[in-house]
Order: sequence, then C-alpha cells, then structure tokens
Amino acid sequence: MSEDLSNVPKPDELMRIDHKPPRKGWMDVPVDFKPGTYSYTAKAKNLKILGMPNPREWSPTDEDWKLPENWEEIVREGFKDRLDKYRSFQLFMDICVRCGACADKCHFFIGSGDPKNMPVLRAELMRSVYRKEFTTSGKIFGKLAGARELTVDVIKEWFYYFYQCTECRRCSVFCPYGIDTAEITMMGRELLHLLGCGINWAMEPVANCFRTGNHLGIQPHGFKDTLEFFADDIEDLTGIKINVPLNKKGAEILFVVPSGDYFGDPGTYTCMGYMMLFHELGLNYTWSTYASEGGNFGLFTSHEMIKRLNAKIYAEAKRLGVKWILGGECGHMWRVMHQYMDTMNGPADFLEVPTSPITGTRFENAKSTKMVHITEFTSDLMKHNKLRLDPGRNDNLIVTYHDSCNPARAMGLIEEPRYVIRNVCNHFHEMPENTIKEQTFCCGGGAGLGNDENMEMRLRGGFPRGNAVRYVQEKYGVNRLACVCAIDRATLVPVCDYWAPGVAVTGVHEMVANALLMKGEKERTTNLRGEPLPGKEEVEDE
Amino acid sequence: MGLWFSLFTVVILVLLVFMGVGVVGLNSLFGILIPYAALLIFLVGVVYRVGKWTKAPVPFRIPTTCGQQKSHPWIKANNFESPSNTFGVLVRMALEVLLFRSLFRNTRAELRADGPRVVYGGTKWLWLAGLAFHWSFLLILIRHLRFFTEPIPFFVNLVASMDGLFEIGVPTLYVTDIIILLAVTYLFLRRVVIPQIRYISLAADYFPLFLILGVALSGVLMRHFYKVDIYKVKELATGLFSFHPLVPEGIGLAFYIHLFLVSTLLAYFPFSKLMHMGGVFLSPTRNLANNNRMRRHVNPWNYPVKVHTYEEYEDEFREKMKAVGLPVEKE
Ligand code: HEM
Ligand code: SF4
Ligand code: SF4
Repeated sequence: MSEDLSNVPKPDELMRIDHKPPRKGWMDVPVDFKPGTYSYTAKAKNLKILGMPNPREWSPTDEDWKLPENWEEIVREGFKDRLDKYRSFQLFMDICVRCGACADKCHFFIGSGDPKNMPVLRAELMRSVYRKEFTTSGKIFGKLAGARELTVDVIKEWFYYFYQCTECRRCSVFCPYGIDTAEITMMGRELLHLLGCGINWAMEPVANCFRTGNHLGIQPHGFKDTLEFFADDIEDLTGIKINVPLNKKGAEILFVVPSGDYFGDPGTYTCMGYMMLFHELGLNYTWSTYASEGGNFGLFTSHEMIKRLNAKIYAEAKRLGVKWILGGECGHMWRVMHQYMDTMNGPADFLEVPTSPITGTRFENAKSTKMVHITEFTSDLMKHNKLRLDPGRNDNLIVTYHDSCNPARAMGLIEEPRYVIRNVCNHFHEMPENTIKEQTFCCGGGAGLGNDENMEMRLRGGFPRGNAVRYVQEKYGVNRLACVCAIDRATLVPVCDYWAPGVAVTGVHEMVANALLMKGEKERTTNLRGEPLPGKEEVEDE
Repeated sequence: MGLWFSLFTVVILVLLVFMGVGVVGLNSLFGILIPYAALLIFLVGVVYRVGKWTKAPVPFRIPTTCGQQKSHPWIKANNFESPSNTFGVLVRMALEVLLFRSLFRNTRAELRADGPRVVYGGTKWLWLAGLAFHWSFLLILIRHLRFFTEPIPFFVNLVASMDGLFEIGVPTLYVTDIIILLAVTYLFLRRVVIPQIRYISLAADYFPLFLILGVALSGVLMRHFYKVDIYKVKELATGLFSFHPLVPEGIGLAFYIHLFLVSTLLAYFPFSKLMHMGGVFLSPTRNLANNNRMRRHVNPWNYPVKVHTYEEYEDEFREKMKAVGLPVEKE
C-alpha cells in the first residue's frame, strides 16, 4: 500500500514552521479547516447501524453543522455525567498547573507548531468550558480565570483538535501528575459523538466491526478465502501445506488478530508468519470469523463502544469452548485487551489460566484476563529453545524497532518483542532513547486518523518518528522498521517513504517466519515478500 | 493580562493591611478573624475538593506504564515505573511526590533546519527549581511550628538549625529563604520568557507565584529589616491555636502583611490549581498497579450495552458460511 504523497509539500517546506505561538491569545484564534489536516465526517449510514445520535451528511467546512436543537444542554449534561463517572476526568480538569512540561512532547506539536497541539492547550480547550460551566471562579471571572462560553465555534475547535490527537499518551509520561491528554481527548470525542460529530475513518470500521466482526467488513466466506490464499502462498514458498482452522469448536486456543493483518501488505506477511509458526508447533488453535477483529476502533469513539465491540471476544471463546486466547500484533487492540476487556466484559471464569502447550509455561501475568500477547508466547518458545531458527535468512535486513504507543505506555510490553527480534535477525539497532520504549513517538496516524485526506497532518505527526528512523538509517544503514502494530504497518509506510525513503516496514512475526526452519520445507530462495534470501540472489536472477 | 491583574491584586492585598491595621487599627480583624476564617475555608475546602474526587469512581485501571511489565520471570520487570504490586505503586508514588520523577524526564525538542530534523536535549531546570521551591516551602513550614508549639518538638529545632547552618548575619540567614526566593523568581521568569509557557499562562498561574513571593519576601523583610517582636508573635500564634485568641500590642505592620498574605493563600488554596497537592496522590495513571491481566478491576457502574451476538451474526451469514463449509450452530 503506497499512498500518494504528491499533494504534500516537500519536507523542508513542510517543516518551515515556528514553535513560537502567535501574539493573539488562543481563545481569539478561530479554527481553520485546512485541507490535508482533518478527516472526513462520519457517514449517516454508519451512525444509523450503530444507533448513534444525529446521523446526517455534513462537512467541517460547512457554516452550519446541523447540530441538534438543544446541543448545549446535551454537551453540558454529557460533561457532567462524565465528571461524575470518571475520577480521571474530574481530576485532570482540576489539577493542571500549566507547567508546560508536556508542551513539546506531542508529535503533532513538534510537527505542526500549532500551539493548540500542545497537550496542555488541547486539554484547556475543554477545561475552559469546564470552568465556565462547573466552577464558581470561572462563572465570576470569565476569561480572566481561563473560562469561556460554550459556542458552536468551540465545538468546531474540539472536533479539529480532538481528531488531531492520536491518544498516544506520550504527554502523560512527562506530566508530574500523570495527566493523560488521551483521556481528555476520549471524553471530548464522546461529547462530540453525542452531537453526531465523528469521523468516517473511525465510524465506518466501527459499524463494519459491529455487523461483520471486523473493521473492513469482510464476511465469513471472504475471511476463509483470504486465509486459504495465504496458505497457498506459504505452500509455494516452503512446499508445506498448512491447514487453516476456522470456527473450530474444542480448539485449545482462540487466536485473534487485527484485521489489518489479513487485509493489506505488509501486514499480510505477518499474518502468514503466525500461520507458519502455529503449523510448525502443531498448535491446536482456531481463528474465528465472528471474532475476526482484535482491533477496536471503539477505543477511538467512546467507552461504551469499546465494550460493544469487545464483547465478541469472550463470547466467541465461550461458544467455541477454548481454554485461553492468544492475540496478534496490534497496538490499540492491546490497550483494550490489557486495560479494558476484563473490566468491561469479564470475568472470564470459563477460561483457564493460559499455559503454553509447547513449553508448559503458565502465563501468570494473564491469569485473570486469560489472553496472552503473541510476543510473550513466542519469546517463551525461544527462551526454551523450541524453535529452529536461522537468523541468517534475515541478513538482508538491518532492523530497528518502533515501540507502538499502547503496548509501550499502556502495557509495558518492551523487552518481549526485542527478545524475539534479536533471535531472528543479526542486525538490530535501537533508535535514540528519547524516541523509544516509554518515550516512543506515535506513527501520527493512530486513533482513527490514518486516512488519506488527513495526510499532511499525519506526516507532520509522523515527523519525530520518521526523523529517528532516518537517524539510524544514516548511522547504521537501517532498511527495515519492525513493529507490533497493524495500524503502524499501514501508517509508517508513508511516514518512511516521506521522511526516511528506503526503509520498509515489517511485523515481527514476518521476520520470525522467515527465520523459522520448518520440518520438511523445501529450500527457500526468497523471504515472504519475495525478496531473494541472502546468498540466493543469483538463483533469482536466472 | 493575567500577569498584571495578579500583580495588582497582590499589591492591593498589601495596601489593605496598610489601611486596615496601619490606619484604621483593625488589629483583631487581621490578627484573629481573618486567619481563623482562612483556616476554616482551607480545611473545609480541601476536604470538600478531595471528597469530590474520591467520590468519583475509578472505572478503569489505566496506569501509564513507563517501564517493562511483569511477564516472564527471566525478563527483568521494572517495578517502580510499571509496578505490578502495591509496594511498587508506593515507591512510584513516593518518587513522584518527593522527587518529581516524571518532571525529571523532561526534554526539550528543538527543530533544526538542516534535514529538517528534531533533536531532544535534556532540561532539568524546571525540575530543579520546582523541587527547590517545594522542599524549601515544606522546610519553612516546619520551621514555623516553633511559633505554635511549646515545648518545641526536636525536629523543628533540627530543621531550623540545619537551615541556619551557615550562620551568616544576625539573626541567622536561612538557606531555604534564599532558595525559595530564587526558585519562585525562576518559576515566574520562565512563565514570562518562554513563549509557549507565556501563551498558556493564566491569572491563576501568576497569582499564586506572586502571593508566595509576597509571603516569602514579607517574611524575610520582617526577620531581617523591619524587626518584629517574636515573643508577641508567638503569643498571638499560641493564642490562636489554643482558641484563646488575643492581640498583643505593638507587633509591627510587617507581621500583619505576612499574616494576611498567608491567610489569603490558605483561603485561595482549595479553589485553585494548588489542589494539585491532593490530586497528585489520586491520579489514576500513577497510583494504580499495572497488573491488569492478573487481577480483575471492577467498574462500579458497568452497565449492559447493545452488542451484536453470534446468533444474529450467523443468521445474517448462515448460507454463505455453509456454502464454504464453515460450521454453523443452526442448520
Ligand atoms: C504533595 C505536595 C506537592 C507536590 C508533590 C507538588 C508538586 C508540584 C509539581 C511537580 C509542580 C510542577 C513543577 C513546578 O512548577 O514546580 C508544582 C507546581 C507548583 N506547586 Fe506544587 N506540589 C505540592 C504541594 C504544593 C503546595 C503546598 C504549594 C503551595 C502552597 C504548591 C505550590 C505550587 C505552585 C505555585 C506551583 C506552580 C509553579 C509554577 O507556576 O511554575 N505546591 N507542584
Ligand atoms: S505537564 Fe501536566 S501539569 Fe504540566 S502543563 Fe502539562 S498537563 Fe499540565
Ligand atoms: S496523547 Fe499523544 S497525540 Fe494526544 S496530546 Fe498527548 S502526546 Fe499529543
């Protein structure tokens, strides 16, 4: 998937920005919907499928947003309701000291220079209304106390800037009180949805997922076709026939992946990677067409929507009678599985504590939720020497690793993927420390923003990441950016094409499968993407 | 605007004392009634605000993890940055409250035209000044206990004697006094000088700084320049705290200014961002363990939602599923 970047100015032009704010106070600067920096609005049909309010066709550039008659009341009540329900929200409205430590931690501020992309100001967009509506000082002192009226222009500003936050939580790492602007953005988006203001790149996947089980709207027979198609490709490459267990009752493990993995390159190679690994292990597992999506764009919509979409995971595990759940490489999916699933749709008392049938390892860290991350599973196999690997088959790759925001900052999954990578490739180099692990930078296209119409803003937001990639590209000759996230595998491609041309994006299990020596395989001449294996280049040329 | 308004307000506050005590002689108003009222507002206000926060439930366990999770026994977990148990959470919180751990991470992003590229430099000044300010504030507060207590607890004397270690001048110059003045001045200057910080600053950010600066300055002036009668001050203070308030004659105007600014700070505290003192302990991204998959977190208001069940799904796709040989529940 290579996007068209021709509409975007060249890098040095794009970065002709000033991080100094304008003279005019931020409350007096109206929002400007510049093409390339915002996402198209949610189509009415998608909102209708989900039973969400105020479905209509509209555009952010319209003067009249066709808000409901009593929209002020709706926002006020929605606001109050959430203040009462979430300590996080109430607290984050109250305690910010505006120290500014978070200001230049956001990739969107670094890449755009727009002061309202400083996390603190993004939060103030809401806090200012909070003060006016819910605090005495705000009511009395108004603007002096940082309070302002709730107007249609405020709603427009919210829409623009809450869809210019990828909910990556980087700001929260640096805030002395842990104020998480992602949490505020989530609340802001919930309020916007009460008025029917969402973006289609989030709501179409949500509507699809609700009905067909996955974001892309792939129906059961299509899902089966796709996986069988991968199995054919694998057979061509290795000579091994792999079967694809689907909706299989009594399997030991339910395997759930983000749909991006079976939809587009380069995610598909990762998907084939899982299939090859499980075949080699002889794992008794199953895919599900109903739970054919681990990702959850509900996270980018509302807490209620997270729950509505996530419910199918446990429901399907129960229906199929599996013992535990294994999850593929995905970022935001793992925030949901790790921090929300058990609370929302648990307890999963019908499942067993996950235990690797190969090594016997009990995954104590998942003993309640009963779901294990694929790199936790694979690193355990490697630690116990259960895989025969030839990392030399990845010698054409000089690899660096991008920590996806959610696994890093909502889970602490940091060393597992690195351990796997080190076992399957010989050339691995870290990016600078301010750009990895808990300080990792977003790809710029998470949280529903990875659409084409928003490309300029994505590339701006992707600048810190792309910049770090180029650094290791120049220093070590890095040509492959590994990640454990399906959104990344789509969004980092243009980020690299633009900021670090020549670096391709790969999933971790794609590299695992390339290195995996399978029983009875024929001699491989290429890797999964059809690139010649090191030492086999001439064979290819003939 | 916020800056001038705040400065102006603090000046007015000082002038009020000149008028009230110096001219009209309302000594008991400024010496007894206002301090009592301020303390009452402070206590009730803080309890109310913290009560409001604790009343709001924590529906989800959402720690921001800043280190390796606990997974395999052979991968070293970082129990202080990504705590998996209560001990780890306590250490994480202690580091946050006592040493401002997160602020210590601070970096500054700088855009360079060549490339273009962005570089990150460490910047510890905010952390240092913040820490210096808060710790001196705390130590000064402890030192002040000697006005309210008889006999004076040993740790109060200990703090006072360490603070005056350098024994410069008579009465001894306290190190914390110098530090707090410098630190608050720095915190103020960065608000004015750094364009982004200036852009986000409100009156509510300048006012506490000016107020605290006013408190500290009036304190230093009173100790070293416009000397007040310490014994009479102590008489007033112990009177207040034993609920037998009295106003000794001839304490000196400087003291009333100091006391009035402190009273204002106390009364202002619960309505302001200064409540971060309570809030920092309650922040769900910091005070919860990253043990989400080990122990279920319960949401008290978890409610049923409309889902799309497997049955509904199969009803829609049954024929297509059967056609490709996928098993179905109902034939
Ligand atoms: C548990 C106790 C407290 C903790 C952990 C704490 C922590 C912090 C931190 C991390 C900052 C941001 C950095 C900085 O600007 O210094 C801050 C700011 C501030 N704190 Fe505290 N604080 C506490 C109590 C207090 C108290 C009792 C006061 C004064 C009455 C206070 C007054 C301030 C002020 C005025 C600022 C803003 C400084 C500025 O404008 O830059 N804090 N606090
Ligand atoms: S770091 Fe935290 S306290 Fe400081 S400005 Fe940002 S959100 Fe506010
Ligand atoms: S969560 Fe990420 S995108 Fe959103 S304000 Fe914070 S740093 Fe920026």
